[in-house]
Amino acid sequence: MAQHQVNYASAAGLPIALTSVDKLVNWGRSNSLWPLTYGLACCAIEMMASGASRYDFDRMGTIFRASPRQADVMILAGTLSKKHSEFARRLYDQMTEPKWVISMGSCANTGGMFNTYATVQGVDRIIPVDIYLPGCAPRPETLQYAMMMLQKKIRRESANMNNNTKQNLRLV
Amino acid sequence: MRKYTPKDNVQKHSYYTDRFWVAPRVPREAVAEGSHFASVVEAIGTQAKECYIEVGQLVLQIESTENFAVLQTLKEQCGYTQCSEQSAVDYLAQDGEFELFYQLLNITEAKRVRVVCRIKEGEAIESVVPLFKSANFAEREIFDMFGIKVNNHPFLKRIIMPDDWEGHPLLKTYPMIGDEFASWYEVDKIFGKEYRDVIGPENRDQSRIDRYDTKRFSRVGYEVPFGADISEGEKENPIAYSETVLVDYTQESGKQLDERR
Repeated sequence: MAQHQVNYASAAGLPIALTSVDKLVNWGRSNSLWPLTYGLACCAIEMMASGASRYDFDRMGTIFRASPRQADVMILAGTLSKKHSEFARRLYDQMTEPKWVISMGSCANTGGMFNTYATVQGVDRIIPVDIYLPGCAPRPETLQYAMMMLQKKIRRESANMNNNTKQNLRLV
Repeated sequence: MRKYTPKDNVQKHSYYTDRFWVAPRVPREAVAEGSHFASVVEAIGTQAKECYIEVGQLVLQIESTENFAVLQTLKEQCGYTQCSEQSAVDYLAQDGEFELFYQLLNITEAKRVRVVCRIKEGEAIESVVPLFKSANFAEREIFDMFGIKVNNHPFLKRIIMPDDWEGHPLLKTYPMIGDEFASWYEVDKIFGKEYRDVIGPENRDQSRIDRYDTKRFSRVGYEVPFGADISEGEKENPIAYSETVLVDYTQESGKQLDERR
């Protein structure tokens, strides 16, 4: 039978666990990455598949949020057109710190096959990107792996975001 | 001096030119008496400069000033109740004109007709929105993509490109990868012109490799830490394969990590 109630008195005395602030904060941050529900093109279909029951992002604590105020990861899934770039940047600006960005697929990384006048040639021209995810479109496993890489990256970072080099890359 | 290349069709790139190739043309057949389209030709009468059948479809060449009258006749007398497509073709380099076409559908008699007219650069065309509601967006698209003004349109503004866009992208004089305005559009809009230097120009070379940029590129067999300086050359890093993959299962002596055979 599983013991559901913790018997503190029988332990070392008090329920104490020693850790550093960095580790504790990053443990919380990395295990509840909430991406913004924001799809631009066909990569968004793979992103939806990753969120749905077969690939199941929820088990990683990754739950899509419909508001940029509640999200801390932005997955740029698809072709970013120049007309839309302004709004993508605005959504990024509306997200609260700390925030991370995954550029998903060839189009978001470099403009991909859209070597035209109307496509942003890589979203890193307007938004600082943490993880570049190759593929056209990347499979849901690839996005899961990217999310796990992002978790690793967050755990490596300082809890004080001003100590991280990414702050210096921020443009505005 | 550099050889002059004409700028009226900058989108055209010929990789191979055959001197003896002749562009194929679809045959144009006359409209026979008592045929499927005879009643339409009769209703239009002299308003059509030329009418013929191309791939089983009637084509009417008309004056651009008569487009509203012709489409009204087709709608009210010939039963063409739908305008399924309307657009333009840039023939400025070839003839100095645009070709405008309307694609109409008679749904009860299963008949289609294409009404074609030509206008000079800078001329405007009359709107057909009072006849066909679908012309509203189509005419806005013509204006957006070709810069052709449409008279008496209820709301003539850009439909696909942003409102503050410069240039009309479907013109042959518009470069495929965009002009200077297009290439800096998102930077100017979001950060302002002064950030052009910070962000830098667009990289449109799909196969660009910078050997000494270890932040973005790595050489197989010569991997170095992220961002390491390799201007003095890098150490070879032989590829090591996992031993479990290379187990020779046919040999008794083969190193084996599992019990399966």
